[in-house]
Amino acid sequence: MKAIYHLVIKELKQLLRDKRMRFMAIAAPVIQLAVLGYAATTDVRSIPMAIYDGDKTSESRALINRFTNSGYFETTGWADSPNDATAFLERGKAWIALIIPRGFSSDVLGRKTARLQLIADGTDANSVNIALGYSTLIINGYSRGLAEKLLETSPVKPGGITPQYRIWYNESLKSRNFMIPAVVVLVLMIVTLTLTSMAIVKEKEIGTLEQLLVTPIKPHQLILGKLIPFVLVGMIDVTLVLLVAVYWFEVPLRGNIALIYLMSGVFILTTLGIGLFISTVAKTRQQALMIAQFGFFIPFMYFSGFVFPIANMPKAIQYVTYLVPLRYMLEATRAIFLKGSGIYLLWHDAAALIIIGVGVLSLSIIRFKRKMG
Amino acid sequence: MFELPNALRRIKPVIVKEFLQVRRDKVSLAILLLIPAFLMFMIGYALNFDVKHIKLAFYDQDKTTTSREFQRSFLTSGYFDLSAVANNYRDVDGMLDSGTARAVIVIPRDFSKNLLADKDIAVQVLIDGTDSNTGTITLGYITSIIQTWSSKLTAEFMDRKGVTPYQPVDVRPKIWYNPELASAKFLVPGFIGFILMLSAVVSTALSVVREKEQGTMEQLTVSPLNTVEIIIGKTVPHLINALISSVFVLLMAYFLFHVPIRGEIIWLYSGILLFLLAALGQGMLISTFANTQEVAFMMSVLSSILPTFLLSGLVFPIKSMPVALQVLSNITPTKFFIIILRDVMLKGLGPWAYWHELVYLSLFAVVTLGFSARKMAQQRKAV
Repeated sequence: MKAIYHLVIKELKQLLRDKRMRFMAIAAPVIQLAVLGYAATTDVRSIPMAIYDGDKTSESRALINRFTNSGYFETTGWADSPNDATAFLERGKAWIALIIPRGFSSDVLGRKTARLQLIADGTDANSVNIALGYSTLIINGYSRGLAEKLLETSPVKPGGITPQYRIWYNESLKSRNFMIPAVVVLVLMIVTLTLTSMAIVKEKEIGTLEQLLVTPIKPHQLILGKLIPFVLVGMIDVTLVLLVAVYWFEVPLRGNIALIYLMSGVFILTTLGIGLFISTVAKTRQQALMIAQFGFFIPFMYFSGFVFPIANMPKAIQYVTYLVPLRYMLEATRAIFLKGSGIYLLWHDAAALIIIGVGVLSLSIIRFKRKMG
Repeated sequence: MFELPNALRRIKPVIVKEFLQVRRDKVSLAILLLIPAFLMFMIGYALNFDVKHIKLAFYDQDKTTTSREFQRSFLTSGYFDLSAVANNYRDVDGMLDSGTARAVIVIPRDFSKNLLADKDIAVQVLIDGTDSNTGTITLGYITSIIQTWSSKLTAEFMDRKGVTPYQPVDVRPKIWYNPELASAKFLVPGFIGFILMLSAVVSTALSVVREKEQGTMEQLTVSPLNTVEIIIGKTVPHLINALISSVFVLLMAYFLFHVPIRGEIIWLYSGILLFLLAALGQGMLISTFANTQEVAFMMSVLSSILPTFLLSGLVFPIKSMPVALQVLSNITPTKFFIIILRDVMLKGLGPWAYWHELVYLSLFAVVTLGFSARKMAQQRKAV
């Protein structure tokens, strides 16, 4: 025990002595969360729109007002001709061009169908898909309103179906509430995984690992002494970013905060295991960083449902995502935050993390001992 | 002073040495060449926002042929998969809590009766909003299917009343550049920028800092090479490496994901070259500040990888960010590079459309490389 304690103290001192490492371990996670919290948004707002109003009547203006008042569109250009409107699209000044032809109001009032033109730049497929949804909603609403007004003369009105939406868990559909709980987890992963692998490889590089090995310290004591400091740093980081998430970004934390720490503890098993594994493969810190970055962070970020929903992936790749520990941790953290889920809904995530964590950690420890022995 | 032939003769060994070093470090080389290709492969296939197969459940209180027909119109739309059937509201809660269903539609008891009586019907739709983007798209699909039903009802009604059915406004959206709205076409050019940024900035910064750590950088500084020559010697090998990766990823983008290159190759490559110079400049600049590889790596992550992923418009639309971040987004050259890539690849445009971006990238390259040269010269004087 005493040997481990001294190692932990030594490791913490080493980590906190370097001013830049101190910054990286403590301040960087908070900065990352702050930037991510504001930047990582898939909300669609102020889609730039060019309008050609060839009609210039109160009817056409009423339609345009519906667009501008919706909050989803921002008029970036008034075109003089249909070609001019599409030119805005070509120059990237607008993503959507609405073309109201001459004679729009006389068609509409004369019980003829007026044809509107809506041209979209499909480059940003996701935003444009949502924007087109809004535009059809606006135009259909306008069209229905007109039809009802004109049908008022007849004695009975037709029935219709109105959807009444109840959005659960994230009532305002803010992407921030979806992303920030995930960033909390990401920060925890990056800090524990990188610092672990770096600390061991650094000792390898400067040769002090060999010195430690000839001391009476046993390999398992050495491993524990190396890992415990990073568990501590990881937990401090979780606390910091949780505070920012809840008090600054006001992400609702509906579940029990203790569950987040519990899951973090289980999740750290996997990140420490991977960090230790990297340290047995890499000879230099540069290699360790590259392996961590390309072999783990980037694939994990993409194949965990962090931004891209797993449900959208091909079936074969969906199976691959079961191997990614981050997947379970993200699922659980989001559920604790937004759904207020308790342990009875999270136990399978926890079980998966424990299985992966214990597996990876014991394999790495065996490998580490063999390499050292 | 700076005679070209002599300068070239002096720079050559530095380039050769840098190449040898890159080649000898097998692990790093494999990572630099293979992983980007692998990622590209996975990204093109796996990552998209194309929302399909949304897990939908029904709580049908009506249980008539009409209500089943209503259900079918969702399932045949191609966007929804029937995941479960609820028999009471507790089922509905359980399905959303456990994620068995992402949306539940509750069809009220008198659905078919009220339809026949031309009454208004409210259908309750419950959506799991956790993933706001999928939630928004789901909401859009459901609304449009229900609207189609409503207008069909109106048309039938008018038909019965002997009124000619009429629709005041009709609109058929036309979509340019990416008519099928495939998000791969949007994301792949962005990822090309991401991959190139990664390999250029990180490898340059780390390789220079490694020499600093090992003390061989000092040997270089006491050699007859001047600062500009050292910088050229250090950047050229990484530039060539990154150019080779760019060929790989472009070929993959074209053959695997059918992301077209509609513009001229020459415009594409002049953009890539300028961007790589900017990225290498950033790597060099980091290497003049950092003294250890960890710090260099962390600085690269913070100044290039994260901003590239978050602020460049690669995934998240810049337009939706707060103004302060929109301003901050200018720190990453990838933002400008992605605009160029999308313009050339998807829209088939040329420099006339994106000359602002070209000017910015050149400025970025000149400033970062110039600043690194100055800093390095100062450090040399100190030695």
